[in-house]
Amino acid sequence: MPLTHRQSFFKGAKDGIPIFLGYFAVALTLGIHVKEYGLTPLQGMLASLTNNTSAGEFIGFQTIAEDAGYWVLIIAEIVANARYLLMSFALSQKLPAETPIWQRLLMGHGVTDEIFGISIAVPGKLDPFYTYGAIAVAVPGWTGGTFLGAILGNILPVSIVSALSVGLYGMFIAAFIPPAKKDKIMAGLIIVSFALSLLFAKLPIFAHIQDGVKIIILTVVISAAAALIFPRKENEDAA
Amino acid sequence: MQHNVYIYIFVCMALVTYIIRILPLTLIRREIKNRFIRSFLYYVPYVTLAVMTFPAILSATQSPISAALALGVSILVALFGKSLFQVALSGCATVFIVELIMSFIK
Repeated sequence: MPLTHRQSFFKGAKDGIPIFLGYFAVALTLGIHVKEYGLTPLQGMLASLTNNTSAGEFIGFQTIAEDAGYWVLIIAEIVANARYLLMSFALSQKLPAETPIWQRLLMGHGVTDEIFGISIAVPGKLDPFYTYGAIAVAVPGWTGGTFLGAILGNILPVSIVSALSVGLYGMFIAAFIPPAKKDKIMAGLIIVSFALSLLFAKLPIFAHIQDGVKIIILTVVISAAAALIFPRKENEDAA
Repeated sequence: MQHNVYIYIFVCMALVTYIIRILPLTLIRREIKNRFIRSFLYYVPYVTLAVMTFPAILSATQSPISAALALGVSILVALFGKSLFQVALSGCATVFIVELIMSFIK
């Protein structure tokens, strides 16, 4: 018997608890960067509530601190969040065809690596109420964690702040290592990305380019080259 | 700052991110067929994350040594298939312990 919307909502909320914990811890470290980049705790909290994305917010805060142009940040966000296009596409196939547009609009805010991950794993068609349940639990963890991190960043001992500062990178690492483990091409691509990124950071001729722009250039060039040299086979990228 | 922080946060960040999230969900009902675009979109997120991680992580802590070890430990923990939470925590713990030891050696 299919679950009612109410049952789906509570199932999503329950599955969202580990996501809440992970988001909270990582958001604490993001909050510490908020302060570093010269934003207030309230601004950081509002950014987390409305953006709900680690990489996008991180690159955003960096760009704001550099006082780069609005267009630079817009392009940086498109690049940092391009993966959500793929996830959103996958979710569009997972929803019942009759799902109304307002439900699709509401669900859109929950397109994150983790909430997407549990939503797409639901057997059969996805009831959007499942995703609402996960959002209702996970987003407060992300938003509250950012706020607390930005406040506590001032009073936490240096050793703790230093330790928490790598948490965000830990989340990035947790995202790109599993596909690299499964796929040699992806593993090679990660190594090439590391090497070129180091080169861009160290060579004096690139010194005047802002970090956000460097990330865009590297991402587009490396990904396009990889797509040309190693095009994916059909059904290979189900994620 | 010459630019308005709230335009940055709400327009350049939140609105742009939201549009990316809802576009396919609301508009595209057909499958993307172009192999190059599919491959490109597949590689983009992981390359971005890798580029953002290194070498930036090396200057995130009090010492590049603790950060480099945290990078190594986090990659190992991720290779063992542990969760996002465990990977992030392992990196933090590594920095904390290494910097504690370094403060004694000094």
